[in-house]
Amino acid sequence: MNQKAQISNDKGLRFFGKMTASVTHEIKNALATINENAGLLTDYIAMAARGRPLDTEQLNKLSMRIKDQVKRADTLLKTLNRLAHSVDDPIKTVNLSEILQLFALLSVRFAAPRGITVDIGGRPESINIQTSPLLLLNALFLCLEFSMEATGRSQCIELKPEKTDTGVRIYFSPLPGIDRLSNDSFLSSQIPDLLENLTADFIIDTEAKSVALDLSDPLRPS
Amino acid sequence: MRVLLVDDEEELVSALAERLLLRDIDAEWFTTGTDALQRVESGCFDLAVLDMKMPKISGLALREKLHAKCPAMKFIFLTGYGSEKDFASATAKVGTADYLVKPVDIEVLLGRMHELLNSERGVK
Repeated sequence: MNQKAQISNDKGLRFFGKMTASVTHEIKNALATINENAGLLTDYIAMAARGRPLDTEQLNKLSMRIKDQVKRADTLLKTLNRLAHSVDDPIKTVNLSEILQLFALLSVRFAAPRGITVDIGGRPESINIQTSPLLLLNALFLCLEFSMEATGRSQCIELKPEKTDTGVRIYFSPLPGIDRLSNDSFLSSQIPDLLENLTADFIIDTEAKSVALDLSDPLRPS
Repeated sequence: MRVLLVDDEEELVSALAERLLLRDIDAEWFTTGTDALQRVESGCFDLAVLDMKMPKISGLALREKLHAKCPAMKFIFLTGYGSEKDFASATAKVGTADYLVKPVDIEVLLGRMHELLNSERGVK
């Protein structure tokens, strides 16, 4: 493996760790919420044993809360499982719609604390591309981090994929605050090796108020 | 005992407050540091139980602000950190004695609360 590929792999591993830590932290929160609500149920039952009547409405509410949190934890575990399988093959055919859905789930914990939502629209047209799923997720995440600095008053970042002659381009917009950001430091410090290994490019369009990840399909004839 | 609970997980913090109330502890809960700070304008608590990781104001930053307003208030931190490394880095900041990992056993939390209030070894 050449040095650039090694650097890119190391960055991919760090990204994988960061996402895993984030999702498992969220799972802990779901479990802690289940723990408190189950504990409260136990408290009510203990009080009923001492003669206080049970409030069925309260019990029902707690039961619903527990069910909701189990569902939340299940969604998080499925997300983690999909992330884990993203490294099964270094390069494979990726359904862009599916990878964007996974990306949206992974990015919630980073965007939501800043009051930002990530919108991937309905189900975008079916686009398949040969790429590294993990490196693509990593590049998308770096684009999102850049975009979150440029949202200005907009609190929603929309991701829109479009087919190109050589692959696909994924737009992040609207970014009204993009003018005041310097892309030089971002590009030089963060992603050149990653982009090279992905055969991708990062495009900033200050007029359209967007950034885009331009991804080439290495197996597509040019 | 008057306890302030702050955690952005509403269903967690409200259930915890209810469990403390059932044990005759006067607990009030908030999901943001901003709301908690606004509340202490009208009076301090004996102890605050804070989530470490919250949007906008972290648990540690909130402790500083609460301590400035209520110097006698004691603090316990809750966190979802899962690994030994995470635990070590977090405890280095706050001290192991005042730090509990979620999910928390209510009896352990109560024990820690009483310990803190019956001694002077709280984080100030």
